[in-house]
Order: sequence, then structure tokens, then C-alpha cells
Amino acid sequence: MKNLNKLIIFLSLTIGVLITFLPFVYMIVCSFKTNAEIYTLPISFIPKKFYLENYHRLFTEIPFARQYFNSTFIASVQTVLNVFLASLGGFGFAKYNFKLKNFLFIFLLVTMMIPSQVGLVPLFLMMNWFRWIDTYWAIIVPGAVSAFGIFFMRSSMMGIPDEILDSARIDGASEFGIFSKIILPMSTASIGILAILTFTGSWNNFMWPLIVLSSDTKMTLPVGLTTLMNLYKIEYGMLMAGSFLSTVPILILLILVGQKAFIRGITVGALKG
Amino acid sequence: MKLQKVIPYLFVSPFFILYAIFGLYPTIYALYLSFFDITGIGKGEFVKFNNYINLFSDSRFIKALWNTTYYALGSIFIILPIALVLAILLNSKYIEKLKGFFTTSFYLPLITSAVVVAIMFTLVFDTEYGLLNALLRSFKLPTYRWLQEPKFGIPTLIILGIWRYAGINALYFLSGLQSVSEELQDAARIDGANKWQSFWYVTFPLLRPVTLFVVVQAIIGSYNLFAEPFILAGQGSGGAGAGDGMLMMTAYLYVNGFRFLRMGYASAIGFILMIIIFILTLIQLKFFRMGEID
Repeated sequence: MKNLNKLIIFLSLTIGVLITFLPFVYMIVCSFKTNAEIYTLPISFIPKKFYLENYHRLFTEIPFARQYFNSTFIASVQTVLNVFLASLGGFGFAKYNFKLKNFLFIFLLVTMMIPSQVGLVPLFLMMNWFRWIDTYWAIIVPGAVSAFGIFFMRSSMMGIPDEILDSARIDGASEFGIFSKIILPMSTASIGILAILTFTGSWNNFMWPLIVLSSDTKMTLPVGLTTLMNLYKIEYGMLMAGSFLSTVPILILLILVGQKAFIRGITVGALKG
Repeated sequence: MKLQKVIPYLFVSPFFILYAIFGLYPTIYALYLSFFDITGIGKGEFVKFNNYINLFSDSRFIKALWNTTYYALGSIFIILPIALVLAILLNSKYIEKLKGFFTTSFYLPLITSAVVVAIMFTLVFDTEYGLLNALLRSFKLPTYRWLQEPKFGIPTLIILGIWRYAGINALYFLSGLQSVSEELQDAARIDGANKWQSFWYVTFPLLRPVTLFVVVQAIIGSYNLFAEPFILAGQGSGGAGAGDGMLMMTAYLYVNGFRFLRMGYASAIGFILMIIIFILTLIQLKFFRMGEID
């Protein structure tokens, strides 16, 4: 009975994992197939021959390398800004008492409920007015800080004892000095989690970049990939190659540093929210 | 000291300044725009509530509203129960050693870009050359034209939703399950409850905070869903799918605002979206707080 239970649990989870991996594997397989071969029955998980032309065409027919740089640059800058500003805000809410604290914190929580799509049209008009359309600015600046980031950093900084701050003050440290020399080094674990979450969020962001980026040399990867699907022709082989390459950094993050961090990051929201 | 009082505000101000400019102002301006008939550049005409009235006689908007709601119901009543079952399996002490591998695997679909996911799934849902129909065929089950038939639009998206979101929600439930003490379940078992009873009467009520969080997230996520249906539906249909079968509210907002440049109309859609999310979240809060002991 016990062994049977064990087997059933193990088997169902294994099937679940196989289903999870299958589309990924098939995507990678198809990136080495010609378009004609993708549309051939029976479905095969082994390409007839390792067809590399999809990858070659990806780098020659569209500015894929440039788009890779765009995504990396935007995600990195956004991550640094978010981590810094969220740490500042989180510190302010976690370690100080001030008159408007409760009001501002509730306001912050309410902003998390407002879907960003509501202000999409005016935000676009604003970007147009700033002459930021088709520039990195339009993505980086409005996304420089998130309410979630502050909420997340606050939760972790609340655990730092006040005595440490007080003794630093007696030693004559400035408030910003306390923040940069004591609080930040003590929060590296949370900073790492927030950095990973922000980076992947920015890397995968689609709707807003689709709206504000129009030239292919400015596009991020998700937007650039959609240019391979137009009304007249869908380049499946290239799409699969591009999708695979654009997922590689995320896969590396998940395998190397992310696993525990990702899971800790997401559960903070669930347990405290 | 004066300065001491200002310092905390300096720490929290970057968020509020940026939000005022890039969040609050556009939201308020969208409310203003939603009372105007504006196409493209220009001042437009003040039309009071006409945009809202017109939306509810716009059959495509009604279709989008229905599709989105249908998807949200699917998320709550199909995706989340599957996630809960997964979480219970993951919480089993039998798989201790492989737990890390399983949880990481189930996390993968969520951190993959929605665009990549949709591209992958064009090869899953393809009628003749797709993986799903090939699988159904091998079990001698009927196959379907997932991407061509309007009535399959939302079921197709829900299947994709299971693949993408069941894992992450299972991890949320798992974090809740792990905080339920085993002694409590043992106590129930000693009192004669069977496994099912001890889950339903002891564990599940204790999962209420996590369930609330997960349901609210599912509602918000469903009403904001954009990339997957938009890409999967294809450019030919303007991201709406055959017979508008995959037309979601966000896609309709996007098309109106940025393809047809109907700024006022698009803003009105955004506001309806926000009101729906607000109301549903409040109902959830009330519903889940109702039976709370403390």
C-alpha cells in the first residue's frame, strides 16, 4: 500500500514534468529543422540532419544580436534601478516612523491593484510628448520602481534589529550611510531575489515594448520575434531558434542561482499578502 | 530636529514621484479621455458616457468581456484545483529527494516569456502537425481544430494556462501546506477522520490565506492576459483568433488604442477592466474573510 502510493505520486509528478518539458524540447528540435520538415508527418523528435540555417538566418536577416543587446541592456538597467529604489523605499517603510507612513503604505498597496493597462493610452501620449517613442527611455523610466519591490524589501528589512541602527547613529553615521553601509549589505539575499525577479520580468515584458518600440534595431527580443510572424509568411524554424536563444539566459539563471531564490521570492507575496 | 523628520520621506519619495508621473497621472488622464471621442491627434469631442454606452452595444467588446470572464472562470475552477492536487503531491514525504527538481521544473513555464510560450504552442495546437493532436491520435481519441474553431478559443487558452500557471500556483499552495502543522492532521486522524476528511476539514481551511491570494492573482492575471492569446491567435485575425474566439479585453484595448487610434474608447475599456478587477477582488476579500475565526 505504501509502495503503491509512492509509485502513484512519483509517476504523476514525473508525467507532469514530462508534459512541462515536452514543448521546450520540441521547440529546440524544430529549431534544427527546415520549415518543410516541421510540417511533415509523423512528428519526429530527431531532425533529419542538423540544419543550422535557421540560426544563421536569424543573425543575418533580422538584427537579432542587436535585439539581444537591447533586451540585456534594458533588463540590466531596470534591475539596478528597481533594486536600488525598492531598497530605499523598503528601508523607509521598515525602519522609520513618520506621520504619513500608514497612509502612504496603504496607497502603495492599492496601486498594486490597478492594472497598468488603464493608463496605457495617456502614457503613450506622454512618451510621445517627451520624444521617448522608440527609445530605451520609454521602457526604463516608467518601470524604474515597482510597488511590489518596495513591499518585498520592506518585509525583509523589518527583520533587522533597530539596535544596530541606533548604535550606528551613536557612532555618528548619517542616515544614508546607515542605509548604504549597514542595511544594504545585510539584505543581499533579498536583493538577489528581487534582482532575479525584476530581470526576468523585464526580459519577458511584451505589451509595453510592443507599443513604444517601432524600429527593429530598438526592439527587445519578444517584440523582435513577433516580426517573424507576419500576414504573409511565418518563419517557424527561425521563430523556434530565436525563442530558444532568448530563453537561454533565463534557463541559466534558474539552474545556477535561481531555484531557491525564485521560490523564496514568490512565496513572500503569498504568505504575507 | 527638522531634518530628521524629512529623511524618511526622502527614502520613500522616489516611488511616489515616479508613480505620480507614470502611474497616477495617466490613470486620471485616462478617465478624462474616456469621456471624449478622440481618434488620432486632435482635441476630440466631449461625449459624456457615450464611450461606455457604446461599448456595451459593441458586440466585439461583449465577446471580449465574455471570453475574458470565461478564461477567468477556467483559471479558478480548472487551473487552481489542478495546482492544489500538484501541491499535495509535492508535499508528500515520499519524494523528499526529488522535490527540488520537481519544483524547479514546474517553475520553468512561468519564467519563460509569454511570447516564447505562445510560439511554442503554435506547434502544440496545430491541427495536423501539432503535438496535442498527435498525442490524442495515438490514444485513438478525437482530435480538434484548436486554433481554427471559435468555440475552442478559450478552452485552448485554458489548456495553455494549465501548462503555464498550474506549477506556480502549486508552489504557492505548497508554501501554505508546509505551514500547516502535522500534529494538527495527526490529531484529526486520531479522532477518526480519514485522509480526505482531515484534508477537507483541517488542512484546507488553514490554506485560506494562500487560497485568497492565489484566487485574486488568478483573477487579475486572467483579466490582464495579453501576450499568449494575442500571439497564438495570429496576426491574420489581429490577435483575436478565428471568429474572435480568443479576443481578450486587453487585446481589444490594444487594437482600439494603438491600431485604430480610438484613444477615448480604449481608455473606457481600460476603466471597465479596472472596475471589474476591483469588484471581483473586493468580493473575494469579503468571501474569504466571512468564515474567519479571528
